[in-house]
Amino acid sequence: MPTTPTPRLGHRPVAVVSFAQADNLRRESHRNEVETLMPVFAEAFGRVGVTKNDIDFICSGSTDYLVGGPFSFVSALDAIGVWPPRSESHVEMDAAWALYEAVVALQDDDVDAALVYGFGKSSLGQLDKIMALQLDPYVLAPLWPDPVSLAALQARALLDSGKATEDDFAAVAARSRKAALDNPKAQVAYDRSVADLLAEDYVVSPLRKHTLPPITDGAAAVVLAVGDQAWEWAERAGVRPAWITGIDHRVETHSLGARDLTTSPSTRKAAGVAGVADGGVDVAELHAPFAPQELILAEALGLAALGRNGNGVDVNPSGGPLAANPLMAGGLIRIGEAAARIMNGTADRAVAHATSGPALQQNLVAVLEGAS
Amino acid sequence: MTERVAVIGVGQTHHKAKRDDVSIAGLVREAALRALDDAGLGWADIDAVVIGKAPDMFEGVMMPELYLAPALGAVGKPIFRVHTAGSVGGSTALVAAHLVTSGVHHRVLTVAFEKQSDSDAMWALSVLQPFSAPLLAGAGGYFAPHIRAYMHRSGAPRDIGMKVAVKDRLHALRNPYAHLHLADISLKMVEESIMLWDPLHYLESCPSSDGAAAMVLGSEKAAADAQAATGRRPAWVHGMAMRSEPTMFAGRDQINPRAGRECAADVYRQAGVTNPRQDFDCAEVYVPFSWYEPMWLENLGFCDQGDGWKLTEEGATFIDGGDIPWNCSGGVLSSNPIGASGMLRFLEVALQVRGEAGDHQVDGVRRALGQAYGGGSQFFAMWVLGTDRP
Repeated sequence: MPTTPTPRLGHRPVAVVSFAQADNLRRESHRNEVETLMPVFAEAFGRVGVTKNDIDFICSGSTDYLVGGPFSFVSALDAIGVWPPRSESHVEMDAAWALYEAVVALQDDDVDAALVYGFGKSSLGQLDKIMALQLDPYVLAPLWPDPVSLAALQARALLDSGKATEDDFAAVAARSRKAALDNPKAQVAYDRSVADLLAEDYVVSPLRKHTLPPITDGAAAVVLAVGDQAWEWAERAGVRPAWITGIDHRVETHSLGARDLTTSPSTRKAAGVAGVADGGVDVAELHAPFAPQELILAEALGLAALGRNGNGVDVNPSGGPLAANPLMAGGLIRIGEAAARIMNGTADRAVAHATSGPALQQNLVAVLEGAS
Repeated sequence: MTERVAVIGVGQTHHKAKRDDVSIAGLVREAALRALDDAGLGWADIDAVVIGKAPDMFEGVMMPELYLAPALGAVGKPIFRVHTAGSVGGSTALVAAHLVTSGVHHRVLTVAFEKQSDSDAMWALSVLQPFSAPLLAGAGGYFAPHIRAYMHRSGAPRDIGMKVAVKDRLHALRNPYAHLHLADISLKMVEESIMLWDPLHYLESCPSSDGAAAMVLGSEKAAADAQAATGRRPAWVHGMAMRSEPTMFAGRDQINPRAGRECAADVYRQAGVTNPRQDFDCAEVYVPFSWYEPMWLENLGFCDQGDGWKLTEEGATFIDGGDIPWNCSGGVLSSNPIGASGMLRFLEVALQVRGEAGDHQVDGVRRALGQAYGGGSQFFAMWVLGTDRP
């Protein structure tokens, strides 16, 4: 058995051993959240041959504001059937943060395996209105700034700084949607040239349609296990464990006017704590819902210097959030996609990133490694 | 191997029906600054912030931790948001504690709040969701049938709930932070208050409060440093656990939920507690409606099944003369900033263990239980604190 990598966080090594996601759809009109999650759990458990009874801790991420009612996570629990009662928790954040809580919980000697999941059904409401309620309730939310306009401010700042051009934005979109052609779960995939994309009209200048994420209904689940348990379960699935050797998250101030929107200091700090630069990187899955944000994140993570074997870092081979963007699950899916590449042996060291809040306010960075 | 964790700083607001003198940020800062002062620390000493609150619709702000990050000194740090229904204040403290026991951080600030006056919790609780059982008339309407079932099952006299309502309000008179200070509280006054959800009178229900609670949790080293700086001793965590079960299915006992029993068994095992009534010197338990005191006395194993009401009736849970005082702070019946209500239970036992509870201090507390529950009596969070380093 190869040597288990030593984690930077805690003392018990934790690995992703299974990942599953629902079909990403513009409108899932036949299944509620529970019905969407059930087959995802069945797939995630089935791959490693376990049941809910083998799981010591459960943690989920979701938000009531997508459902439009309180306690949306409560009924979602019925997708597992938490009986007998289980140790379980929930974050009102992207499920990538639920995974962080699970990694911390797995440091307890009594907890050897965890299920992490997230879900978001954006089609139920009007996202442009809903997301405005995430802003400062006294001075920002009353103006109802929609998320596309906020991302446009960030994109404009990036253009003004001279760090990027609209061609660069289109190149991110073209590469991501082309990669998505190989992702059966992708919602938006195409092979179009940068020139073709630049012929689109602005939605909110300087953002054209191709720079925007799709609106998605979706869900995802990850199974985590510690040490020998991870080796054993991964072997059952015929994969390698994707060891989470580093994970950290940081937040920036909320006021957009107080931030340099062309940089992501919170990502840089989290990457430092997670140890991104400790080695080369094969794959990076970045939670950049808007194309210009990928450029900001790549710079903050220092990806340009981290390619391996003479290759650049393969960014968002899944297509990333431009291919499918289920809110509250999108960050977890980045971790799942990065882990999938480690598990199937096509990458040895990967970086996964998740974001929350307007214009990349809060960011989480994880490093995943396969033992060689 | 896991690290030890202790409460080294405690802070709360004066809980009121309306805190229209402060914003949400001002409210949480008030509690957080008091906790930092109590620990002899400043914002820069904190490694991470863990914040909890009940449904976002209670204020109408989606994921308010994003807006609150700078107010809580979290810029450049991790901030983490927990939401597990009514138990959230307790769960939030537990998530923060795990950040210390796992060795990730030394000093974690944990905060919970609700500013109920900014919105309308009754409305937020009553939004009908497709294919879900309606929670008409808020939480009291949901729990009243369970209370009637408990009365039927245990044969408890009808006045037990009113006795709890009086007892907790008498306790609240000794707690300057409590929302309700009803100087002339009496059984007659409770009985003559309007019937809301049979058998619950108005005065057998929790109030709607604005308020926040905060604690600084520290590692062994952080605890030693804080004690050296402030002279206040830490309250050590001897056990902590969470349990969840589904809202409804045939065969579920909603009156004495298995998740609560198993959560208690887990923390008692960790803390070496075999006889809760003897081994604890006091407890702070989430009693939002009066009858939940006898129900949780049984669920938490302080007595045999069916006997909880007898402890209440004989005064065992009263601070004066009772052998196992419950909710000496006045409890949820006297202050209910929903998201913070669970953390207040956890925080109040820290005050008791540290000997810092003032007029509602129980003499010689060495070990105490904090409990929070939420949802349809299905989410439980508990911790046991003690004076001795475990």
